[in-house]
Amino acid sequence: MNPTTNPSSSRKDQTLILTQDERLNSNPVEAKPVQESSTIAAIVTSVGGRAGAVGIVRLSGSSAVAIASRVFRPMRKKKRDCGGFDNWRPKSHFVEYGVVSDFQGNVVDEVLAVPMLAPKSYTREDVVELQCHGNDVCLHRVLRACLEAGARLAEPGRGGFSALVKSLRRQCIELLTEIEAHLDFDDEMPTLNCNYLVDTIQSMCRDVDQALETGQYDKLLQSGLQVAIVGRPNVGKSSILNAWSKSERAIVTEIEGTTRDVVEASITVRGIPVTLLDTAGIRETHDVVEKIGVERSEAVAMGADVIIMAVSAVDGWTSADTELLERIQINQKTKGSSAPLVLVINKIDCAPSISMEKFKGEGNPFNKHVLTCATNSQGIQELESAIAEIAGIHQIAAGGRRWTINQRQCEQLVRTKEALLRLKSSILDDLPLDFWTIDLREAALALGQISGEDVSEEVLSNIFSKFCIGNVPLIDGFKELDAHTESSSCQTSFEDMHKDFRSCMNQHNIGEGEKKKLNGLDSTELSEYMLHFDPFAVASSISQSLLPAAPQPRPCRLYFSSFSSEA
Amino acid sequence: MATTTMALHLSRISTHININIRLLSPITTSTQKHLQRNLRFSPNTFRPRTSSFFATTAFRRCPPRPLASTSQDCSYSCETKEERYDVIVVGGGHAGCEAAVSSARLGAKTLLLTLNIDRIAWQPCNPAVGGPAKSQLVHEVDALGGEIGKIADRCYLQKRILNLSRGPAVRALRAQTDKREYALEMKKVVESTPNLSIREAMVTEIILGKNENVEGVRTFFGMNFYAPSVVLTTGTFMSGKIWVGRASMAAGRAGESASLGLTENLQHLGFETDRLKTGTPARVDCRTVDFSGLEPQHGDEEVGWFSFDPDFQIEREQMCCYLTRTTKNTHQLIKDNLHETPTYGGWVEAKGPRYCPSIEDKIVRFQDKDSHQIFLEPEGRNVPELYVQGFSTGLPERLQLPLLRTLPGLENCSMLRPAYAVEYDFLPAHQCSRSLMTKKIEGLFFSGQINGTTGYEEAAAQGIISGINAARHSDGKSLIVLERESSYIGTLIDDLVTKDLREPYRMLTSRSEYRLLLRADNADSRLTPLGREIGLIDDRRWQLYQDKQGRISAEKKRLKTLRISGGELAADVAVLSSQPVKDFSTLESLLKKPHIQYKVLDKHGFGNEILSKEEKECVEIDIKYEGFITRQQAQLKEISHQQHRPLPEDLDYYAMTTLSLEAREKLSKVRPQTIGQASRVGGVSPADITALLIILETNRRKAHDLKRQKMLLKIKEDSEKHVSELAVSQSSTS
Repeated sequence: MNPTTNPSSSRKDQTLILTQDERLNSNPVEAKPVQESSTIAAIVTSVGGRAGAVGIVRLSGSSAVAIASRVFRPMRKKKRDCGGFDNWRPKSHFVEYGVVSDFQGNVVDEVLAVPMLAPKSYTREDVVELQCHGNDVCLHRVLRACLEAGARLAEPGRGGFSALVKSLRRQCIELLTEIEAHLDFDDEMPTLNCNYLVDTIQSMCRDVDQALETGQYDKLLQSGLQVAIVGRPNVGKSSILNAWSKSERAIVTEIEGTTRDVVEASITVRGIPVTLLDTAGIRETHDVVEKIGVERSEAVAMGADVIIMAVSAVDGWTSADTELLERIQINQKTKGSSAPLVLVINKIDCAPSISMEKFKGEGNPFNKHVLTCATNSQGIQELESAIAEIAGIHQIAAGGRRWTINQRQCEQLVRTKEALLRLKSSILDDLPLDFWTIDLREAALALGQISGEDVSEEVLSNIFSKFCIGNVPLIDGFKELDAHTESSSCQTSFEDMHKDFRSCMNQHNIGEGEKKKLNGLDSTELSEYMLHFDPFAVASSISQSLLPAAPQPRPCRLYFSSFSSEA
Repeated sequence: MATTTMALHLSRISTHININIRLLSPITTSTQKHLQRNLRFSPNTFRPRTSSFFATTAFRRCPPRPLASTSQDCSYSCETKEERYDVIVVGGGHAGCEAAVSSARLGAKTLLLTLNIDRIAWQPCNPAVGGPAKSQLVHEVDALGGEIGKIADRCYLQKRILNLSRGPAVRALRAQTDKREYALEMKKVVESTPNLSIREAMVTEIILGKNENVEGVRTFFGMNFYAPSVVLTTGTFMSGKIWVGRASMAAGRAGESASLGLTENLQHLGFETDRLKTGTPARVDCRTVDFSGLEPQHGDEEVGWFSFDPDFQIEREQMCCYLTRTTKNTHQLIKDNLHETPTYGGWVEAKGPRYCPSIEDKIVRFQDKDSHQIFLEPEGRNVPELYVQGFSTGLPERLQLPLLRTLPGLENCSMLRPAYAVEYDFLPAHQCSRSLMTKKIEGLFFSGQINGTTGYEEAAAQGIISGINAARHSDGKSLIVLERESSYIGTLIDDLVTKDLREPYRMLTSRSEYRLLLRADNADSRLTPLGREIGLIDDRRWQLYQDKQGRISAEKKRLKTLRISGGELAADVAVLSSQPVKDFSTLESLLKKPHIQYKVLDKHGFGNEILSKEEKECVEIDIKYEGFITRQQAQLKEISHQQHRPLPEDLDYYAMTTLSLEAREKLSKVRPQTIGQASRVGGVSPADITALLIILETNRRKAHDLKRQKMLLKIKEDSEKHVSELAVSQSSTS
């Protein structure tokens, strides 16, 4: 029996491989190992914001065509057998109309496929763009179809960020090496190309900025943006809110002081949730209700992320406006807030030529100014982009970064950015080359902290605080015991000590099993327990139970393995 | 091992950062035991034939008991001919001289053994001192109380400050020196130093005591010299072999015999040795050189000084150097004869210095460069010899003159000495700790080229440290370690002992990560207080130092408080810096502006006449680059806390399964003393360091908890006792 089963099973294995091979061989395009390809797919048009008419999914890599042919069915070859395994032989830079279907054959979207074959493409690899309907759902389904067909999502998870940080750090170190080599061996080396250095530094700055903006974007996505509209009475604040939110949220009349309370409206700017706060016109008033409204307005303005100050084009810049601006600035100063100010000049339909001279040049308190006419929604678009720019979300929405950064990473990025800015000013100030290295090293140091190439005290203590939770309560407990020994040593009854120990163990997250065991013990047993209590065994058992949920950097896992062998 | 940490406050550069200089006690428990055991013997009753007794009790201090009195105590047998010292320095080169002089000055009875007394402090290669990074070493040695800077200042033929426009950290002083005068002056110093004896001898053996400690040296002619500390500075002499073309002979330098036998002895003692190569170019007769078409290189009009001691700052007439270049013919000749060179012909395997390449290396490595600079430098005031810098070669002698004659100006030159290469044994310095004492044999120190370095300055820097430590060791004091961040000397030694170097090591500015803090101008404020504490800085020098620091800080205070409004100075500053000058600007703020130097203040009468040129420079640097300096200090602080964390000596790296295999191997071999050192060992990745830190922390916590548990046990016992006592007392009362 055995001799027969063995060959048959091995032959079965073989045939399995062979059928696969045969199938692949029958199709020369498919013969490429699609599964292992480094072909990436991504939605390259903006996602999450206002939907465009067209959205694009781009495939790039050696198997871009193969993957595209699995999902894309050109209409002109309708007579051929479809099902995604069509032998699509695209002509480079020729647009083809067709449909994308998922692996089950369901049509997902009608698309235009634009093949750009290597090397005439952005990436110098084969690129296929699928131009779909500009709807998030469509785009994501097309992307999913591509991924199912063997593409890899561009910049998956944190990978993109760590790659960016690593490349930035590498650039820093390359520049450092270059400069330092010149300090020592100037005669023997080609002359240093300062322009190249400056360019590299500029592009590094841009990358860091972008990464920081991504961080900012993440924060905004979570917390949203509060925009307060303030101004004198009757300049059209409520109209702006209505026009912007495309609603009749606020009551608009000709009467000054119509808005008495803060009116909220929620909108989305480039995918970021924005809360608009319409406030009562700020003025000296004796009306009790309006007075409260004014106070509230000021409070709201102080808490907002962006303050829009509305003025009327009809009246121009009045002394009351100056007063109001001063008030805002004083308030900001005392509260230490630095929310950017945007000037909105409303009612431009009534006074088309308004002098803007005042808001140009130095000392202009406003980050941006926008001309609007709220009644016909003119300028609302511009206002939106101004807000987006100020909040730092203008670039992100267009890009496709798919990662988030945490507080620690953000701090180090800021440190990197500051170092690079100082570096730029050193270059501008004509400081000798040697000084460039100081800030480059600083930048490399900061980036190293993110990528884990420099081990800082902080990282290490993080490792311990995050993964050795069991340790801490125990040490606390011992501290209390220490206190006992110091204060009254033998005078303390052992019973008290046990109580302390018990409460200590109960207080902290020791694990149910241990707790039960603990509570069931009598005093002698407890003494025994205390003496034989191995904090590391507990620590590791607790941490082991926590581990699957927590991220596991390599050292930590090693740490525990070393524990269990020792404990 | 008891460790004390001495915080060295750098009065000028920092009050908030302490560069820790660890003093490691050399007395291990084993020697202490040894000492106690031996102390039971009285010198008159019993004298062992082997002199372990004397070696370990030879902690005689200044003034040391004269040798004669020792011999009077005992019988007049041949044994009394044994000479006993506190420190023996083997080799009279730049490392040996510094070591011997500093050791003797610290009160140790010191013997300098050299193959040839006439060649003490000889400059066999380029008679020049300083240059980028090397000048910092010279300043630092001087700040500690060493000699090299003073001798170079006394014997210079030409001085120039290099890299003037590249920032204060890389600015470097270079002196062309008179080769013969230099050797003579240093010899005078060595000869006139109290406590220091000189003797011609070839050391062939290290005499060991019972505890793997050094007891002395044995010479070729059978003499034994005894000392508890021995410093080996063998230079290129240990099994030295010189090459000209394919011809070779045993020699340490041209015309001087090699030192044979010591390598074998060291290998026998368990040391790993390896071989290195270096070379020196031909010398030509300056009377046969046509200088008319060559670019002259004059010395600086305002001369800089290596030494901080104004007594040695005596200006003298300068000589001119000349610049020529290799030509197409030079390159062709070399390319045609590459097979005739040792490296490319393949008959010398030892690695030469990458940073001081032979002309054939340069031409092969920089194919795209069609010409290389060659400097013609005088070797002395009274000799016709010219040193052809940048033109060392391994070509046979018959090709050397034709090669020289391809250079413009040298078309009709005559050659006085041929270029040659030298191969020698060195001991990879990971076998030393940072005190330069070997890890294997207590009391044995290595310095200079034996540690794989190249250059007089590197040698002198190691020499002074090993001299200080040899003396301290013989005195039973803790050894001194300069942290990497404290100085170029510290950086040099740290690199030597942590990196497994296999080519000659030359100091470079880029080797120091924090070089803005390690400048030439502040070498004294970094190291002179330490030199004072060690005992190498006398009262006069200390007073000079303190006065200087006082003047600098007073001037900085003055510039901070003095304000100007308008006037010529403000106008001039505005023009020079192209930045507006506000009213009531302090002079300090003016000095901080780009392109404004102290000179500008001087020009408008706002300078301080009491200050010397150097002091003004110190003030200018401190003010102008304050931001950078504080930033670098912050960087340093960030890393140093962790870097200085000591590693226990008995760590079993092989048992650390979390380290990579390579890291386990390398760390076991190098056995670093701190985390910082461990991170610089080749093949050890950041992940390994993280793993190592975690292991250390785990061990620490374990030890901590063990202690707690023991304490608990004690409490339990005590309370039980208390309870039982109580019970007893209760029962007795009832």
